[in-house]
Amino acid sequence: MTPGNVGVLTPPLDPIEPDPRPARKRRSGAPGTWNHSTLNRGSALGLGIALTWFSLLVLIPLTALVITAAGGGWEAYIATLTNEQTLAAIRLTVGQAILVTCINVVMGTIIAWVLVRDSFWGKRGLDVVIDIPFALPTIVAGLVLLSLYGPNSPISVNWANTERAVMLALAFVTLPFVVRTVQPVLEEIEHDVEEAAASLGATRATILRRVIFPSLAPAIAAGAALSFARAISEYGSLVLLSGNLPFNTEVVSVRVLTFIEGGNTAAAASLASVMLAIALLVIVLLDIVQRRVARRG
Amino acid sequence: MVELSTPVKWSLRVLALGYVFMLVAWPTALVVQETFKDGVGNLIDTVQDPYVANALRLTAVIAFWAVLINVVFGVTISILLVRFEFPGKRLLSALIDVPLSVSPVVVGLALLLVYNGRTGWFGPTLESAGYQVIFNGPGMIMATCFVALPLVIREVVPVLSEIGDDQEQAAKSLGATARQTFWRITLPSIKWALVYGMVLSLARSLGEFGAVKIVSGNFTGVTQTATLVVEQKYQNFEQSAAYATSFILATASVLCIVVVSLLRPKEQSQ
Repeated sequence: MTPGNVGVLTPPLDPIEPDPRPARKRRSGAPGTWNHSTLNRGSALGLGIALTWFSLLVLIPLTALVITAAGGGWEAYIATLTNEQTLAAIRLTVGQAILVTCINVVMGTIIAWVLVRDSFWGKRGLDVVIDIPFALPTIVAGLVLLSLYGPNSPISVNWANTERAVMLALAFVTLPFVVRTVQPVLEEIEHDVEEAAASLGATRATILRRVIFPSLAPAIAAGAALSFARAISEYGSLVLLSGNLPFNTEVVSVRVLTFIEGGNTAAAASLASVMLAIALLVIVLLDIVQRRVARRG
Repeated sequence: MVELSTPVKWSLRVLALGYVFMLVAWPTALVVQETFKDGVGNLIDTVQDPYVANALRLTAVIAFWAVLINVVFGVTISILLVRFEFPGKRLLSALIDVPLSVSPVVVGLALLLVYNGRTGWFGPTLESAGYQVIFNGPGMIMATCFVALPLVIREVVPVLSEIGDDQEQAAKSLGATARQTFWRITLPSIKWALVYGMVLSLARSLGEFGAVKIVSGNFTGVTQTATLVVEQKYQNFEQSAAYATSFILATASVLCIVVVSLLRPKEQSQ
């Protein structure tokens, strides 16, 4: 890749040489060939290679996971999931994930609002800091939180190995999701609409409620779905911070890892299949929300 | 445009800044402070620890291959998704996003079930052919590829669909081959999106922990990456080494963010 040669076409393309296969240009897709396919030979080969890699990397392993989970039969599956320690882990994870998602909906929207509509010294800094949880390795995120909320805390709050620690870790890693989905939408809201509403006598509260909030709602929903999915699946940041105490601070992903380390891959797969189902559900929800937004725009 | 009253504006501002400061900025600053508590000596000692040095090297190698593979795969899939029609396109486009919300632990387990040398679906065959995937480099690269898979695609697809294919069509009508069109038209126009996606993938690859922990077997000095070293050092009460390694990783990822935020305005002004 040579950066910086945008539009520099050297040597110039030979304009005389005709296209060797004019009939195979895309969109020529003769009706009745392959339904709606505009692939030519080269792109079909590319698609084949890409799909093979995608299958080997993602599809086959995830299928193996589901098959392993189903391998022990329905009763074994239910027994694994209703084991008391596992149930406690599920309850904790889902509970904290919902809590953190609610926090994110409120705080994320406020932060996005401040970033778009407010202006003050250091705003650019805030914008950069928001991305830190996204880029920071999760294990480092755990260590980072331990330094302020752990045993050597300078503000003497020791939340290590408590439910609070789980909440903190999840809030840390999911911080950017709502902010980053709401921010661009907020930036694009037409000011004319707000002004029109104001000139027609709408109060500030009415404009917020009837004009701004409805246009933000899909973005907030998408951000909330992403942060819920991330919170459910979080592992790295909790390892050092939560202590992974069974019945107390053990989350689902830690439970899966315990099963794997104990050699019980069937149980691990059963629990992992539930996490996978939630992840897929979120993907479907996001797809629906995005399509609805796209249709509206 | 709605103007909030001054007290509301200020309280929102303070709330946003306070939350981000308490949750992210202050704790991150403390790690930097911990690392340099006794000067730079700690950092130098840690880097000279053979296990840490080895882990950092391993992380760099894995991240390099994972980013390379994801760039090639990502650009190919993006072009196919935007420029071509084929059956199952929507399904593929939705499936591409799966790695984004799947737990790293689930990723590790899924790869383990297929590629482990004893009971995996393909593992024993591959192993008898001389390829060990799990507890070895290829498995770790695959796990890293998996978790960072959609990042390039999500950046490139919107740009590709926005620029349209007029220029590509023009090039083609002037007799350019597919390869010429790609290198001279398509690639230069998605350049910044691609760089952005690469930087995000790099940050994600350097920091991968859960999936790599499962597929690597976490053998000290052999398949232990930098993030795994942080965990081990912290649990062995070598906190200063843990902080120093974290600092190196954090610096790399924060650098990635800064690079991205510097690139962004350039991209817009073009």
